[in-house]
Amino acid sequence: MRLRWCAAALLVGALFPASGCGKRGAGDEIPIGEYGSLTGTTATFGISTDNAVKMAFEEINAAGGVLGKKLKLYVEDDQSKPEEAATAATKLVNQNHVVALIGEVASSRSLAAAPIAQAAQIPMITPSSTNPRVTQVGDFIFRVCLIDPFQGAVMAKFAHDTLKLKKVAILVDVRNDYSVGLQTFFRQHFRELGGEVVAEQSYSEGDSDFHAQLTQIKAANPEGIYVPGYYTEVGTIARQARELGITVPLMGGDGWDSPKLWEIGGEALNGCYLSNHYSTDDPSPVVQKFVSEYKRRYNALPDALAALGYDAARILADAMTRAGSTDGAKVRDALAATKDFQGVTGLITINKDRNAIKPAVILKVENGKFHLVETIKPESVKI
Amino acid sequence: MALWAANGLLSGTLVPGVQISPYFLQVLCLAGINIILAVSLNLINGFTGQFSIGHAGFMAIGAYASAYVTVTFGDKIRAALAFLPQGGRDGALLLAGLAVGGALAAIAGFLVGVPSLRLRGDYLAIVTLGFGEIIRVFILNIDAVGGARGFTGISKLANFFWIYLFAAITILVVSRIVRSSFGRTLIAIREDEIAAEAMGVDTTRSKVISFIVSSALAGIAGGLFGHYLMYLHTNSFTFIKSIEIIIMIVIGGLGSITGSVLGAVLYIGLTEGLREFAQYRMVLFSFLLVVLMIVRPQGILGHREFLTLLPKRWRLGVDAPPAGG
Amino acid sequence: MSTFLQQLVNGLSLGSIYALIALGYTMVYGVLRLINFAHGDVYMLGAYAGYFLSRKLRGEEPSLLSALIVMAGSMVACAIAGMIIERFAYRPVRRASRLTLLITAIGVSLFIENGAQLVFGPDPKFFPSLAPHADFRLGHVRITSEQLTVIVVSVLLMLALRFFILKTRTGKAMRAVSFSLDAAKLMGISTDAIIAATFALGSALAAAAGVLIGMQIPKIDPLMGIIYGLKAFVAAVLGGIGNIPGAVLGGLLIGISEVMVVGYLSSTYRDAIAFGILILVLLLRPQGILGRVQKEKV
Repeated sequence: MRLRWCAAALLVGALFPASGCGKRGAGDEIPIGEYGSLTGTTATFGISTDNAVKMAFEEINAAGGVLGKKLKLYVEDDQSKPEEAATAATKLVNQNHVVALIGEVASSRSLAAAPIAQAAQIPMITPSSTNPRVTQVGDFIFRVCLIDPFQGAVMAKFAHDTLKLKKVAILVDVRNDYSVGLQTFFRQHFRELGGEVVAEQSYSEGDSDFHAQLTQIKAANPEGIYVPGYYTEVGTIARQARELGITVPLMGGDGWDSPKLWEIGGEALNGCYLSNHYSTDDPSPVVQKFVSEYKRRYNALPDALAALGYDAARILADAMTRAGSTDGAKVRDALAATKDFQGVTGLITINKDRNAIKPAVILKVENGKFHLVETIKPESVKI
Repeated sequence: MALWAANGLLSGTLVPGVQISPYFLQVLCLAGINIILAVSLNLINGFTGQFSIGHAGFMAIGAYASAYVTVTFGDKIRAALAFLPQGGRDGALLLAGLAVGGALAAIAGFLVGVPSLRLRGDYLAIVTLGFGEIIRVFILNIDAVGGARGFTGISKLANFFWIYLFAAITILVVSRIVRSSFGRTLIAIREDEIAAEAMGVDTTRSKVISFIVSSALAGIAGGLFGHYLMYLHTNSFTFIKSIEIIIMIVIGGLGSITGSVLGAVLYIGLTEGLREFAQYRMVLFSFLLVVLMIVRPQGILGHREFLTLLPKRWRLGVDAPPAGG
Repeated sequence: MSTFLQQLVNGLSLGSIYALIALGYTMVYGVLRLINFAHGDVYMLGAYAGYFLSRKLRGEEPSLLSALIVMAGSMVACAIAGMIIERFAYRPVRRASRLTLLITAIGVSLFIENGAQLVFGPDPKFFPSLAPHADFRLGHVRITSEQLTVIVVSVLLMLALRFFILKTRTGKAMRAVSFSLDAAKLMGISTDAIIAATFALGSALAAAAGVLIGMQIPKIDPLMGIIYGLKAFVAAVLGGIGNIPGAVLGGLLIGISEVMVVGYLSSTYRDAIAFGILILVLLLRPQGILGRVQKEKV
């Protein structure tokens, strides 16, 4: 009886197409995998990154490719869900036989996929995941952006020193590693600077009603509210906060960075601040060239996620060129040795923790645009 | 000969020289896990007639518990069993994890079953749905198993061999139960609970026992799931998952073990086959489900088993179960 | 204290939404003994109908009139949707086992959810504002115009429903059918028509809830019906399924408890609270607060 079931299952299974196994990197193309949230609650993150990566690859291929071969991009959508990120990474590694992975923006999703890349000994570069744990998964995991201990401290410093706030409230997304991590570092640093956290409330990614939490926060009378979440909830939170009569500024991190933020939050966001990786206001020629080219292609201003995606793609290509090979271990070594790479988001040097040390910017939201208010260098903040 | 076959199964090449693509193998393994889920759910939904939509919750418990055991105690156990070859050590570790996962899931089944199984029909369905979600939210808040970021770093201990071994065990166990006198009690409860009670059957006790067995098997399926994908997230265990398992057994036929196997395989086959049309897939499935309920609610096989379709000589003593339901 | 009152207002506002949706569940259960899993998705359709209607009306100043048009339009649209669902999915299986009915309902629900994701896109959309925003203060308690609208409109609709059920012929017929389908048939009531009317009414209320929620929390997405629907169902059970005032009571209670738990305890258990209440009710008093024990004849 047992054999019958196995046979039956196998027979049905035999109806599926079975794809052959190929060697990695064979042929005249270099397969690179990208996984991101092209749909779902944080869709703009994935789309921005994807746009920029494609732009970078097209430019590189037009200039001759890498090691004489063209870069071929395989993209998988993870629907803004961590378990899908794991599945997407597995598929890219096992089915498309990619030699490297680019992804993801959200730290939770990077954390889901990283072990798969590490186990397959394939280098993975996250363009924008800022939670420190991502690169701790293994020595094949890299990032080209700053990390949250720095980002949280930056906003704490800005809130305390520039905005002169003494009492703030925190509204954190407990389902989100990024948010939880960021508020931990913010809180720590803000207290060290002498500030006080008067209220702490939480919500979950996907919630749409924040009246209860905001009412409690309002009762504690804070001078500002730190909301280190993603743009979809932040916009709604801002709106409901204003409705309840909360007038103090909201502050947040790079998770706010999305063209949709203003659409959701509207005027409720005027006068709010966020920490970010770069600003389109930056006059440097590298930035402006990138901005105008992206605008030409996609008819939109590139957000920080696009800028970082662009840099990640280019650093990968550069590492492969330096390594002279697409072999995982060699590319990894080349990535680890990256020094002073001129990226759109600044000079990128990968340190021994496989993170990038870069300055952060503080942006102010005003009438649908982000304006550069301050640039904070890593040296000026004690982590 | 057996060793050769076992070696073949373990390394993923079923027939020497024919390399199966990793993707195809993955589909087969997921199908195997679905078989365990479907057959175990059928015990309680199909044979005992108790409509439970909380199966994913027990799967989650088994998955997380077994993963926790292998991740936390993995090194110690491996060291203790150093005298065994690599495969043996991994296997023993997996079995340890599954034992814990299945046991905890069984206990959960008991805790959920005792209060819930006093309810009937729709209410039971909703309560089990509620319990499933509560279990999921509970796990989501346990930081030690990863919380919202998910549980990473699980070793890949499950493979084709182990999955299908347990699938076979599940089928064996459930069919043994069903053909025993206890099984007839369950069918009696399904057909007319009040009459069964009147005939002296302790319906609550029987229902709870089948619930416990069903949950334990779901827990084992969960453990295999975690050790195959190497990653766990509570989003994989929402009530949508429970409903997917229900779709599998309904398609195949409630009350038919073969039907559950068929349903499980068909479901994963269609899911993977239609992967390009992923957005249309669920729309199609749900539409077909409604049509199926209108046109043929008993599913493909109804109450029949594969063997009952064959002439008497081949049936190995399996009779067509009593008609009705 | 004022914070507590403010939370109470928040809870009443949320609870009114649950109540409106719960009414639909309870009415359908009353006549068909069916848990219409798809009801939450009708609520979602109402929100989307409102969304598209309000975008069509854009250009005009947000005003009370446009808000009324949007709500009425959405209610009509969903009433029709409800009747279509009943006619094609539920009527053919009406005489089948409870299990089959339940599975059919699940199937319809999944179909609508996934269909909506396909047609509208899975990403959330944001309701444009329909009525000018204003705040009202009662001491330290602040009620936003959105919250006030939700509460007032819900109360009006519930009163209208009560009038309908108690005073009109169709309403009486609905009560008759929910008491005994067969007896009603024998008395010459066209049960098919009455059942269709029940669905229409319940769906219209759900649609109103959808529009109200769109106005208050601008975010809508195709899966919003799942969790709101489940909680509204819990509300209906809490109040006594089949019992109309019970649905209202249940809705308000669930809304208030949810807000209180989130505000004073932790938001992580927001969804679990409703399920916890459900389990307690079913274990301790399955007929709900206002329900009566159903004796089962053998």
